Amino acid sequence: MDQIAFIVEILLPALWGGFVVTLGLIACTAPFGVLIGAAVAVGRVYGNRPVQYLCRAYVTFFKGCPLLLLLFILYFGLPSVGISLSPFVAAVLGFIFCNSAYDSEYIRGSIRSIKEGQFTAGLALGMSRAQVIRHVILPQAMRRSIPGLVNEFVYLIKYSSLAYMITVIELTGAGKMVATRYFTYNETFFVVGLVYLFLVTLTTIGAHLLERRVSLPS
Amino acid sequence: MDLSAILIDWLPFLVTGIIATLGLVLSALGVGFIIGLPAAIGQVYGSRPVAFLINVYIWFFRGLPLLVLLFLFYFGIFPAIGLGDVSPFVVGALVLGLHGGAYQAEIFRGAILSIDEGQMTAARSLGMSRTQAIRHIVLPQALLIALPGWSNEYPTVLTDTSVCYAIGVAELLTRASVIVSTEYIAMPIYLACAGLYLILNYAGMKALHLLERRVSVPGFESGSNWT
Amino acid sequence: MTTDDIILRVEGLHKSFGSTEVLKGVSFTVRKGETKVFIGPSGTGKSTLLRCINQLIVPDAGRVYLHGEEVTHAGAKINQYRAKIGMVFQNFNLFDHLTAVRNVEIALIKVKGMKENEAREKALFELRRVGMEDRADHYPAQLSGGQAQRVSIARALAMDPDVMLFDEPTSALDPELTGEVLEVIRSLARAGMTMLIVTHEMRFALSIADELLFMEHGRILESGSPAELATSPNFERTRQFAGRFAEL
Repeated sequence: MDQIAFIVEILLPALWGGFVVTLGLIACTAPFGVLIGAAVAVGRVYGNRPVQYLCRAYVTFFKGCPLLLLLFILYFGLPSVGISLSPFVAAVLGFIFCNSAYDSEYIRGSIRSIKEGQFTAGLALGMSRAQVIRHVILPQAMRRSIPGLVNEFVYLIKYSSLAYMITVIELTGAGKMVATRYFTYNETFFVVGLVYLFLVTLTTIGAHLLERRVSLPS
Repeated sequence: MDLSAILIDWLPFLVTGIIATLGLVLSALGVGFIIGLPAAIGQVYGSRPVAFLINVYIWFFRGLPLLVLLFLFYFGIFPAIGLGDVSPFVVGALVLGLHGGAYQAEIFRGAILSIDEGQMTAARSLGMSRTQAIRHIVLPQALLIALPGWSNEYPTVLTDTSVCYAIGVAELLTRASVIVSTEYIAMPIYLACAGLYLILNYAGMKALHLLERRVSVPGFESGSNWT
Repeated sequence: MTTDDIILRVEGLHKSFGSTEVLKGVSFTVRKGETKVFIGPSGTGKSTLLRCINQLIVPDAGRVYLHGEEVTHAGAKINQYRAKIGMVFQNFNLFDHLTAVRNVEIALIKVKGMKENEAREKALFELRRVGMEDRADHYPAQLSGGQAQRVSIARALAMDPDVMLFDEPTSALDPELTGEVLEVIRSLARAGMTMLIVTHEMRFALSIADELLFMEHGRILESGSPAELATSPNFERTRQFAGRFAEL
């Protein structure tokens, strides 16, 4: 079959549904990844001993456990203890755990890089510790974390493909099904790869614009 | 049968998986180094076309999901060039190496660029050729500077090897999954498997830190970060 | 003196960076054993001049001859010429990954092709000359600025250069550390080394120079022996410039 015709008439329409699922996975993961990441980072820097310890264990486990294994645990493992998740929910949960663990490392680094005087000045104005963290420290730390968080967002785009391994038919999965059926592995995965490259490149460009928008004079 | 008995039964099977996983890690770091370092040198010192080609390589292998790269090479490229019989392990090792090389190139490039230009100037003033100056003055320093960042690639690469499950490499995760589907016990096996990855992670970082301390030169001290 | 004594000849050097003309035709000759000191305001091309001599910066026009052989347009032979022209930098530029003695011997091994033990012996000899033998195994990060600069002088000396170029060798040093470096340079002058020195240390310049050259706006404006500085009309602009230094 003519390759162009195959790509336009069969492959692209078949990939569309998967593409939407991939976007769904990313959209459901990223906000929670950042939020939980920030919470874990704050816990590690400002929490009491047990909280620090817990947050550290969270990061160590979810950074050290391969994402694919984590997805297996959530999808194939949990039913054995009576919790059954849909493939999509299991995937999003796994991505959130992993993503937030990595995000928290960047945010923690940024929090530590903020001068001690900022905290002292906040307290001197009568703010509570929580208020200082919320209104003084985090707004600065989150800005400084943007390059790192963007980096992790790019990883999220790419590693969302692992959802296919627990039967979520996202972009890679949709591609695999077409490739197997028509025996067109080269064309299919090349095109699938280009779609990911497109998303990744778009993110990088968008990140530059975002960085400029929220940057503070310094 | 209780869990410990099952685990002992399967231990040799798992250990073989660990060896395969470590083989993939070594290949990813080794092949990645062999590709990444010259790629970085080419990016910094090469002609325009050379630097452009290397940029395309990096853009491609950093932009595609590892899973898609594995599918592309295992089901697509290898059979297309008549190497359809090559074992999944070799394909996995090669793809991890190409993938790692793209990331390592960035690490080495940053390190080379961070070296003061005066080092090159001084080397040239002593009569060294450009190649000699790069080889004897710039690269040794770049490697020292890159080492912590390079070490931090290890945990990422270790977890990445598990994706080779998708093309049937009999590494740790694949073998754990075999046990799960044979013994019908999921959670304990998976958690034990996670524990093994954490141990490999810890042991590898420990080894890399020893290496870092061994080769450390005053003025170049900066540890890799790990949790 | 005969022309045989001439080690270095510089003819009409021009160099521009973008639209800024840094050197506007600089010429002079250097005889064996002579010490020429270049003074003048910052940014008048003194450092650029030194770097043009060993082609670290390629001049737009003009020629440089070492022992009558052209250094400019030397092609691949340039490395051989550079090996004969020692250079000492403002920021030392010691190789940070190598100990002091390795810094001195690396070019002996890689450029001159010396054997390891031969090079080691030579390197230690040079370090002794600058009083740094006991720091041979220290890394640059473990040396003071003055010590680092003495090692970098030893590194250049080890190549047995025909001429040494000093590019503001004490500018990056704390005042209390300049003395040890200047003392080493003085001892080289006494030993008959041919030297071109760019410096802002007026007292040092006067005490060591055979010829003082005042540069401004990319040209050698005035020159003569230090003895002439106080009185000669040749040095009017130089006196004006030097008058700002309290020590004169």
